[in-house]
Amino acid sequence: MLEKALTGSRSYLGLLGALSAGAAVGFVVYLHQLQVGLGITGLSRDVPWGLYISQFTFLVGVAASAVMVVLPYYVHHYKAFGRLAILGEFLAIPAVLMCLLFVFVDIGQPRRAVNMILHPTPHSILFWDMVVLNGYLVLNVLVSRATFRAERAGTPPPRWVKPVIYLSIPWAVSIHTVTAFLYCGLAARPFWLTAILAPRFLASAFASGPSILILLALAVRRWSSFDPGREAIAKLGEIVAYGMAVNVFFVALELFTALYSDIPSHLEHFRYLYLGLHGQAALAPWMWVSLALGAASLVLLLVPGLRRNETVLAVAAAAVVLSLWIDKGLGMVVTGFVPSPLGHVTEYLPTLREALVALGVYSTGALVLTVLYKIAITVREELEA
Amino acid sequence: MTGIGRRRFLGLAGLGAAGAAAVPIAGALARASRAEPAPGAAAGKRWAMVIDVQRCKDRGGCDVCVQACHAAHNVPAMPEPRHEIKWVWKERHENVFPEHVTPYTPAAVRERPTLVLCNHCDNPPCVRVCPTEATWKRADGIVMMDPHRCIGCRYCITGCPYGSRSFNFEDPRPHLRGEPTDYPTRTRGVVEKCTFCSERLAVGKRPLCVEACEGIGCGALVFGDLGDEGSAVSALVRGRELTRRKPELGTSPHVFYVL
Amino acid sequence: MFDGGKVVLGLAAFLGLVTSPAWVRLGRGGGEPPALEKPAGEKQCIEPTAFMRARHMQLLDEWRDTVVRGGARVYLASDGKRHDMSLTGTCLRCHADPEKFCIRCHAYAGVEAYCWDCHQKKRRAP
Repeated sequence: MLEKALTGSRSYLGLLGALSAGAAVGFVVYLHQLQVGLGITGLSRDVPWGLYISQFTFLVGVAASAVMVVLPYYVHHYKAFGRLAILGEFLAIPAVLMCLLFVFVDIGQPRRAVNMILHPTPHSILFWDMVVLNGYLVLNVLVSRATFRAERAGTPPPRWVKPVIYLSIPWAVSIHTVTAFLYCGLAARPFWLTAILAPRFLASAFASGPSILILLALAVRRWSSFDPGREAIAKLGEIVAYGMAVNVFFVALELFTALYSDIPSHLEHFRYLYLGLHGQAALAPWMWVSLALGAASLVLLLVPGLRRNETVLAVAAAAVVLSLWIDKGLGMVVTGFVPSPLGHVTEYLPTLREALVALGVYSTGALVLTVLYKIAITVREELEA
Repeated sequence: MTGIGRRRFLGLAGLGAAGAAAVPIAGALARASRAEPAPGAAAGKRWAMVIDVQRCKDRGGCDVCVQACHAAHNVPAMPEPRHEIKWVWKERHENVFPEHVTPYTPAAVRERPTLVLCNHCDNPPCVRVCPTEATWKRADGIVMMDPHRCIGCRYCITGCPYGSRSFNFEDPRPHLRGEPTDYPTRTRGVVEKCTFCSERLAVGKRPLCVEACEGIGCGALVFGDLGDEGSAVSALVRGRELTRRKPELGTSPHVFYVL
Repeated sequence: MFDGGKVVLGLAAFLGLVTSPAWVRLGRGGGEPPALEKPAGEKQCIEPTAFMRARHMQLLDEWRDTVVRGGARVYLASDGKRHDMSLTGTCLRCHADPEKFCIRCHAYAGVEAYCWDCHQKKRRAP
């Protein structure tokens, strides 16, 4: 089936070429990082996690959001998602792959990564994150391969697919809960030490993931003859509306607890995030942009007349993705480290080389996504011919 | 299609390769060796340190403890402040003990230099989060580092409530302060911190910071075995009202402060 | 079989490529094991040469885990002598320059070891 991904229009092949070039650039810069060390990034003794880990955190949400298509379609037999389901599953696979790649490029001694398997440490959440993420990748590959091949052959999928799909649903929730557990069990970082972190992660995942899927579905409809369906896209819009509303509500809940209790150890992180601390405020402008985009997207999503207009929905989806990418990415991760345990403010900004490595990972994921989508679309077109 | 088919062949070959790779991995697990403790090795039940902040303050800008530790352990002097590596150092009192500072505390007290280092907690969150047990808690209380096993994920740095750990963002060897000692340096991509001079305890010597402080006649640092009721640390810990950093977090640090 | 000629050609090219290190070396000549600079002074390592040649890797692994993770420091050699289990302190005391001893065999055998990234007495230029 892979050969279907190697033929296509000139713009398709051009896209493959551009993404391959991006991946190659990222790879070359990564080799430089291997040689010199993580010093080429903007990380510091006070801020040990930054761009790479923040992208991993955001993308786990996107990977988990496949459940928002799988659950209605396979469990509740929501037929309108019939053509969308494969696009959702084929989004989850590169998302998980990018998660694993971002963790890999972040560790200081990657040749020793196998130590996590040689010396399994169940009391470390990072160990479990490795387990559930790799397991989710395997699950998704197995399920989408089986259902896709069955659909192409016009036969029902093998019987083991149904229980595996049922397993993938709590598993999707688990990958994001475990990732939240990386953060929300640390006494050292009061900004993350909140029970609502996992629900916030899930709500923002169910807003940002389906938003990306909306944009991809619209793009697929525009550039091929594969139409995921107006009703399916509209339903995704409703899911994003609920997800974003809950997410914004959760943010408001956090702000209330911090502001009303007035406890410095809670408040000072939020102060740094939105206003700056000790005169340093690199993140603040971004956070206000995120807030504005989030509020605007919520208005567009909650008014049915606006949401049902697909152009408006596309704008809203893009606003959701950008808003949550800022908030859950650098916003959440870096602020956990500011101020430091000894009260110092060390700011973090990614370097160019760091950004190029991240771009390389994104290009790799986009390449896998493009290839998978091309296969799905081509098979569909052949089936309907 | 006759025979096994291309896809099945590739799948079986992959499984076979994975299986063959598992054999040497299984053999790589360490075995017992013909080893014994060094003669005179210090055998403590629970190592701890007491820092007398007033005695330390009376010495002004003294930092012989820091110099002794960093020199002997080949701790590099990194030119980039973001990449700083330090095992023991001084912070302002208001940064170490913010809960002891009021709006009326005089500046001299707020700015008083206070020695900080790894607290070798009883309940260390850094150990809890390490995915490879590259850092672990010894039976004698020391939170140890194995720089060979560390994968450089920096989760321990994230988990430490005291900021005691440093990461090697680049190769440290070009930035050594003097000629390297016998103590191995670390390499880029691994975490390091104070280990209560475990290599010296193993041959019956005390931590370098403590010896350096005594060497200039100050004695602000007292180190010993809390399991030995006759030791100086035992007398201090059981006899006086001592403070620890962030006790509300439940880490039970074993570096005590006389404020 | 289909495309039989291309398959045979491909196989031949693959075999040639995969065995290329061997016949390139044969063509270039040389390839004897390197001459190792033995340390002046000590005539005998802590264990016999044959043992060290075959098992120094396992020995160093055991030393590393015993010292760092086990806490014991003294090695009881087969001749009854006791040594401090330290790569930098014991081994490098005699084999002071890895370039003249360790790395020569490792480069020849093509086995990468990075012990001397940390266990080395020479300063490295900035």
